Amino acid sequence: MSAGLIFGLAACGGGDDSDSAGGTDASASAIDCAPYTKFGDIKGKTVTIYTGIVTPEDKPHIDSYKPFEACTGATIKYEGDKAFETQILVRAKAGNPPDLAIVPQPGLVKQLVATGKAVPAPEEVSANVDKFWDKAWKGYTTIDGKFYGAPLGASVKSLVWYSPSEFKDAGYTVPTTLAELQALSDKMVADGKKPWCAGISSGDATGWPVTDWMEDFMLRTAGPEKYDDWVSHKIPFNGPEATTALDAVGGYLKNDKYVNGGLGDVKSIATTTFQDAGLPIVDGNTCSLHRQASFYAANFPKDVKVAEDGDVFAFYLPGPDANTKPVLGAGEFVVAFNDRPEVKAFQTYISSDVWANTKAKLSSGWVTANKGLDPNNLTNPIDKLAGTILLDPKATFRFDGSDQMPAAVGSDAFWKQATSWITGQDTKTTLDNIEKAWPK
Amino acid sequence: MSTATPVTTSAPLKAERPSAAKIARKRLSSPWASLAAIVLAVLWTLPTFGLLVSSFRPERQIKTTGWWTFFSDPTTTWDNYRGVFGEEGGVNLAGFFVNSLVICIPAVLIPMTIAALSAYAFAWINFPGRNILFLAIFALQIVPLQVTLIPLLEIFVNIKLTGTFWTLWISHATFALPLAIYLLHNFMREIPAGLIEAARVDGAGHVSIFFKVMLPLLTPALAAFGIFQFLWVWNDLLVALVFAGGGDEVAPITLQLANLSGTRGTAWQLLSAGAFVSIIVPVTVFLLLQRYFVRGLLAGSVKG
Amino acid sequence: MSNTASTTLAFFPFDTATNTGEKVVQMLMALLLFAAVMGVILFFAGRFGGRRGDKVVAYLYLLPAILLLAVGLVYPGLRTIYQSFFDAAGTAFIGLDNYGTIFTDNDQLRVLGNTVIWVAITPFVATAIGLIYAILVDKSRYESFAKALIFLPVSISFVAAAVIWKFVYEYRPDQGNVKQIGLVNQIIVWLGGKPQQLLIESPLNTFLLIIVLIWVQAGFAMTILSAAIKAIPDDIIEAARLDGVSAWSMFRQITLPSVRPTVVVVLTTIGIATLKVFDIVRTMTGGQFKTSVVANEFYSQTFRADNQGLGAALAVLLFILVIPIVWYNVRTLRQSEAS
Repeated sequence: MSAGLIFGLAACGGGDDSDSAGGTDASASAIDCAPYTKFGDIKGKTVTIYTGIVTPEDKPHIDSYKPFEACTGATIKYEGDKAFETQILVRAKAGNPPDLAIVPQPGLVKQLVATGKAVPAPEEVSANVDKFWDKAWKGYTTIDGKFYGAPLGASVKSLVWYSPSEFKDAGYTVPTTLAELQALSDKMVADGKKPWCAGISSGDATGWPVTDWMEDFMLRTAGPEKYDDWVSHKIPFNGPEATTALDAVGGYLKNDKYVNGGLGDVKSIATTTFQDAGLPIVDGNTCSLHRQASFYAANFPKDVKVAEDGDVFAFYLPGPDANTKPVLGAGEFVVAFNDRPEVKAFQTYISSDVWANTKAKLSSGWVTANKGLDPNNLTNPIDKLAGTILLDPKATFRFDGSDQMPAAVGSDAFWKQATSWITGQDTKTTLDNIEKAWPK
Repeated sequence: MSTATPVTTSAPLKAERPSAAKIARKRLSSPWASLAAIVLAVLWTLPTFGLLVSSFRPERQIKTTGWWTFFSDPTTTWDNYRGVFGEEGGVNLAGFFVNSLVICIPAVLIPMTIAALSAYAFAWINFPGRNILFLAIFALQIVPLQVTLIPLLEIFVNIKLTGTFWTLWISHATFALPLAIYLLHNFMREIPAGLIEAARVDGAGHVSIFFKVMLPLLTPALAAFGIFQFLWVWNDLLVALVFAGGGDEVAPITLQLANLSGTRGTAWQLLSAGAFVSIIVPVTVFLLLQRYFVRGLLAGSVKG
Repeated sequence: MSNTASTTLAFFPFDTATNTGEKVVQMLMALLLFAAVMGVILFFAGRFGGRRGDKVVAYLYLLPAILLLAVGLVYPGLRTIYQSFFDAAGTAFIGLDNYGTIFTDNDQLRVLGNTVIWVAITPFVATAIGLIYAILVDKSRYESFAKALIFLPVSISFVAAAVIWKFVYEYRPDQGNVKQIGLVNQIIVWLGGKPQQLLIESPLNTFLLIIVLIWVQAGFAMTILSAAIKAIPDDIIEAARLDGVSAWSMFRQITLPSVRPTVVVVLTTIGIATLKVFDIVRTMTGGQFKTSVVANEFYSQTFRADNQGLGAALAVLLFILVIPIVWYNVRTLRQSEAS
């Protein structure tokens, strides 16, 4: 099924002559072209899309646009760039933006809107988002009452990676409450192991994994409402709620008995890249648990099987009790800088359930919270797990807080202070310094 | 007159040279001096050498054992280089190679020419405001490239040059000027004033002095500056990132290499191989033009 | 916008070139156009003769450089100075507050201190090593090979250099079967020590980063200084040698004074490059662990923290820091003018 579709897509990708491509069975049956006819004849037009997604993850994206190109005869010009997050601002400010940008943080969407160059999403996109996404998502990119960015993909951050075979051999069970998680860690210590491994080094973004830890514990120790207040700065960054949450994180990350399995002492967390941090789970089993988002699957070598019955898999970082399921996650948004008909038509396509399912079939290591997605279309086990968590009606989803905070905090002070905290700074100084950096 | 003297005196000197050089070598190549030179050379080469060895080792070995274990357990693979040339992703590195060359050639020649003329004016023509202007240009070296990005890009957008090589040629040329003028000015000042005076007495204007006296003497210095400018442009990432916005048609090879390690990867194996692919051209250029350095930055006839 | 090129078959010199042929043609056209402009300038310059015409010739020679610099560097520079008096969003005038922040905030003071350390060490050590090496290998049998080895780092981009050195400083924990993959830590282990997390320990980490820049710049110093050494007249060296001067006083009394102007040029160039260094810091530590320098802080304030005003003030601070270097060059310029 999916193989045939990919083949059909690849077949029509070669030439510019869209008439012949549109005639092939595979693409004609791939999607319904009707929603795009009302944008008029856009054949031969070009839409540019600029993203931070580069080789090899760009390929499924490019391929997923092909049914739209076949339908309309328009061309999508994809540009991936690792320095996207700074370059998009430079280009927007200088008046040279692309037609569309895939932006991974609501905070950056706000900055882009502030340049005055972004245009609100068209009616059709807004309708799609109302239909397929949880209400909260629309709120992330609604600025001064105008809706700018339709969500595209999503990821689950509340995951703990582990080795299913180690769990089986040692008789460990997947915890369902925070207390059980702690008990499990202690049991591992008693078995002579250093259970957790962590790493926060990430170039000039060093420190961000700690912000995820803290947000996950904020959701669990203070609850989603307080979390929202904390993110929007209705309560101070250094209040008692935040102190409790960071100390709870410290119970794991600054605990000499728990870390840093296979990597060194507590301080080694600061110099280990987040990409390498979870590898000890498979490399000689020197570490048992690693908290990181669903996309971490891509970091394991190709010969490692990521599945519930494989070499490595993940479980949901449990809530305070078995019935409360807060989920920390992130996502990406499509922001437009142009409202030409072909741009609107393409925006409509990528906000639809049709695109979500097409993309799901093409990629691995990608999930979305689009409710039109059929989880069976997700190709690998970890994506299925993430998809199930995202679409679970009992789950309370919250977007990554640091991505929504002002850049001076969310992508500067929070990272830097979190790094200092790992290398020895106390909780109070850390939180006080971040509070001080919050723009007045 | 003054030009004639050095030529006549240096001719007999050249004949004696072999013996003089022999003496020099004897005196200077004491064992300690040689040892110091070797130690420095080894220290300077070792880090790169380690990466070179690593680029041929399998991914897992790179991450778990030091590159020196290669000598006791030599396992090699071409996988890393295959990854760079995108056997799976289908990255057309050749196209980016062409882009880099097309960017580099004008980005070296244009500032070199402009800077040579300016440096000549500063070095050998008296005009009001000379020192102030020279210092102002000299001080411009410190303007961080980053502050120029948005204003320049705005201009390029207004004159509709975005997405073309012109943006890169113009910006690289501009950014190179302060240092180029400063360096070339200093080389030109080394040329004996007598040469210029003599030419002026013979009735030559500044245009013919520049071409007939200055350029031949300055060729090695220009070549030297050309090499450095070439290296800087070839290795540039920032200017290309901002101004090449528009995709694969104008992006240089450095941009592609920066994207190599994937969206979230710190792929040592790809980085090591990629770094070597990217330095092949600069090192070749250096080796080809190295004789200019060995000969001296000013042509030999100035000596004495 | 830029998509016009794809719809038209005709190729214009100012459109986006899409294939190799077009690219080469566009490059040749650019070079021709440039040659034509320079030709016009030289043509006019050639029509002015005599001492009075000198002024005109000078300005004509300077015209292209001044035009490019005014648009490409002076205008953005002035704009930055202006912005440095405004707040983060660039809307409200706040006077000297940004500068106040730089000189009172502890983190920013650390950044300033680090920058001073960088500038105080890098140019001198890199130049000294370049000079010593140039003298040691001068006229030796393996001269060009020996020089190529030291020059190699110059041809490597800063980002690649940072990759290479991160690898050298890499740390693996001191646990039974875990092996070091970084050379420095392996040497420490061989000598019986415990592996260190080199890039965390301040102030050691700043010096480790400085080594990387010295490694890159020594090759630049070596090539320029070697050329200057070769320009020392043979007869002077010969005379000294016949007098039986020792190697050390040869260096003190002949080599050093002869290459002194070049040493100043090299020190200046490396000094300015050091002030501007940010790739190495950004790639290796991200400015964390107390290693940030002004240029890196400028980058992260402007592009990461969305604080334009503070970023601009840091850039202006770089201008101010270069003043001593400019002043030193003015003095040398005056001296050479007087002699």
